[in-house]
Amino acid sequence: MRMSGPLLKVEDLTKHYPIGAGFLRKPFSAVRAVEDVSFSVEAGETLCIVGESGCGKSTVARLLMRLVDPTGGRVLIDGTDIAGLKKHELRAYRRRMQMVFQDPYSSLNPRLTAGQIITEPVENYERLSRKQREALAADLLHKVGMSPEMMHRLPSELSGGQRQRLGIARALALKPSIIIADEAVSALDVSVQAQILNLLMDLQQQLGIAFVFISHDLGVVEHLGHRVAVMYLGRIVELATCEALFAQPVHPYTEALIASAPVPDPTRVRLEAPVAGEVPSPINPPDGCAFHPRCPLAVERCRIEVPPLVPMTDGRVVACHVRAPASGLQAQSAAERDCPTVRLAGANESIRKSEKPNIT
Amino acid sequence: MQMHNTIRDEVLLDVRSLETHFYGEESVTHALGGISFQIMKGETVGVVGESGCGKSVTALSILRLLPKLTARTVGGEVRFHGQDLLKLSEQEMRKIRGGKIAMIFQDPMTSLNPVYTVGHQIAEAIQIHTGVSRSSALTEAEEMLRFVRIADPERRVSNYPYEMSGGMRQRVMIAMALACSPELLIADEPTTALDVTIQAQILRLIVDLKERTGTAVMFITHDLGVVAETCQRVIVMYAGRIVEQASVMDLFARPMHPYTQALMHSVPDRRRGRQSRLPEIPGIVPNLRDPIIGCSFAPRCPFAIDICREKTPVLRDIESGHAAACWRSEEIVCA
Ligand SMILES: Nc1ncnc2c1ncn2[C@@H]1O[C@H](COP(=O)(O)OP(=O)(O)OP(=O)(O)O)[C@@H](O)[C@H]1O
Ligand SMILES: Nc1ncnc2c1ncn2[C@@H]1O[C@H](COP(=O)(O)OP(=O)(O)OP(=O)(O)O)[C@@H](O)[C@H]1O
Ligand code: SF4
Ligand code: SF4
Ligand SMILES: [Mg+2]
Ligand SMILES: [Mg+2]
Repeated sequence: MRMSGPLLKVEDLTKHYPIGAGFLRKPFSAVRAVEDVSFSVEAGETLCIVGESGCGKSTVARLLMRLVDPTGGRVLIDGTDIAGLKKHELRAYRRRMQMVFQDPYSSLNPRLTAGQIITEPVENYERLSRKQREALAADLLHKVGMSPEMMHRLPSELSGGQRQRLGIARALALKPSIIIADEAVSALDVSVQAQILNLLMDLQQQLGIAFVFISHDLGVVEHLGHRVAVMYLGRIVELATCEALFAQPVHPYTEALIASAPVPDPTRVRLEAPVAGEVPSPINPPDGCAFHPRCPLAVERCRIEVPPLVPMTDGRVVACHVRAPASGLQAQSAAERDCPTVRLAGANESIRKSEKPNIT
Repeated sequence: MQMHNTIRDEVLLDVRSLETHFYGEESVTHALGGISFQIMKGETVGVVGESGCGKSVTALSILRLLPKLTARTVGGEVRFHGQDLLKLSEQEMRKIRGGKIAMIFQDPMTSLNPVYTVGHQIAEAIQIHTGVSRSSALTEAEEMLRFVRIADPERRVSNYPYEMSGGMRQRVMIAMALACSPELLIADEPTTALDVTIQAQILRLIVDLKERTGTAVMFITHDLGVVAETCQRVIVMYAGRIVEQASVMDLFARPMHPYTQALMHSVPDRRRGRQSRLPEIPGIVPNLRDPIIGCSFAPRCPFAIDICREKTPVLRDIESGHAAACWRSEEIVCA
């Protein structure tokens, strides 16, 4: 029984972790991990989240799963606020939402075998005979490209990528309606990764699973995402369809991000000069637009006012005083406006090409 | 490449027929089936291959960090500056680890201690290997955090690992490994948890360090983009063996082993339609419990012929400096 409206809706989600707190000490400040994040995900949709290390992606994931409590804002599933759920209701929702953790090893119980780990979520809800359990484990392992004999191994006896696939198999076991995947394919070589991505896309087609897919691999994001949210220092700075974002990034940070991706071609030399800039801190975020210390387009206003997310004519939203002024709907590309393209410090430096032979 | 000729000639690490087994209750896993390779002084060598092919086990075997009860290196030599590490006492080995050879582990949480702050842990690594005072080690720890682009290092030194994001923990590991200016850095997927901009900065740091101190790097990664940008030579592994070895230019221009070719074909590519199925390599890696007869890639190889199922191809030079372990490399490359 699905109600109309999005499957998952996030409104003004905020999370501050107090720091300096401890015995007899007062918290003197906070890590502003997530600030005013809002988005929604439809059934059968893949929303990707990208952004710099430490910008709050995993914290968003933990908030969605209610593994940590928000400082502010709400998470709604089928229109119901998960904060108000009673224990047994939460249990029913957990069944519909599964997470693949960024750190596979610490999220797997080291004393359980691979088989026990992947069937455990199902056994939380129904009893399985030994035979059923083994059949389920074998099937799930096979789906993620591992041989069924691996079900008897402990996590410590598996390779990094095998552990990661165990986390994926576990998330799939309950056939959830939504999977939060935090860097779920980061440890996989491209061929196994292709197999897993195909599996996820197939399951999405067959079962209508929605994904919140956190990844720093832009190739993967572009391939399987429907929409992408770009985060910078706790906030969403651009949210667009995959096509639009990769064809024409509007926010200066998005642009820099796309320009920084490594390319599997040793003959390609990167010549672009870097722009200097310090990595920002969520403990002490810059005033105004958090990107302004590194942004070549920054104007006076950027140092004072946080830019709001402004809708553009193509449906995307962008938070930038220069490229998306709050005066109304915008449809501009970097080229049209004759703005310099944006690069991040260090990101585009040509990494010592001199020692490689020139192919002419 | 010409400019490196002088140091190129000096072999730093020479691995010969390294063979490692895991002992289970009723079976033995042949994780490494005898691999040989060299790393020159100041050289960056990439190691790629399918998940579970033995990349991490190679690194752990070199440093003798395999689980004591269940694993054993049953054969081969690991010569570092000509000295076989497998013959050293545990005490001598401990001096080398984190000193002349440093390792960045694939899983930061297993190698960071959850009950100590990251500053404490980096400082300890610095103290053990340089013998400086506690306070200057702590100052240096802070410097190292800044070095790996962690903002607010003066506060972050007192973070516990769980208080950091995945990418920050990975950078802490990198800081610890670089703190002692090793001669050989073994980096096992050091940038998997990092976004592209910070990844680019970290790669830059490793390259800088290499130029400044002549550190050689064994770079285990599944990211072919990273390999293309940082490595001079590449080793491709499959099922516990090396199946191809070449300079990075040759490998990308003319992959000679069918597995390498298939691997390169699987990269998500902008030119392919979004949401389309990505090319997979059909089938799964062989079970390393059963002894493999013939080529281990044969069950999945589109080029397999009878000889492939009967005799194991050895790694041999197909062209100068470009080796592959395949009966049909010559034909395949010409085709
Ligand atoms: N339990 C915690 N206590 C204090 N601070 C925390 C805690 N968990 C996360 N943080 C901080 O919150 C910020 C966001 O962390 P988060 O893990 O969400 O980043 P991320 O975007 O997932 O980064 P990465 O790509 O590196 O995984 C970081 O500054 C981190 O140090
Ligand atoms: N402690 C162990 N006991 C038994 N088998 C093990 C153990 N550790 C690793 N293995 C097996 O040895 C093989 C090689 O593992 P290794 O960790 O070297 O893979 P890898 O190439 O690093 O893969 P990944 O890219 O997934 O990290 C794998 O098939 C793995 O299952
Ligand atoms: S608001 Fe200003 S500083 Fe921020 S991204 Fe836009 S131009 Fe740059
Ligand atoms: S030896 Fe035969 S089976 Fe093995 S990779 Fe070459 S052609 Fe394929
Ligand atoms: Mg994270
Ligand atoms: Mg590994």
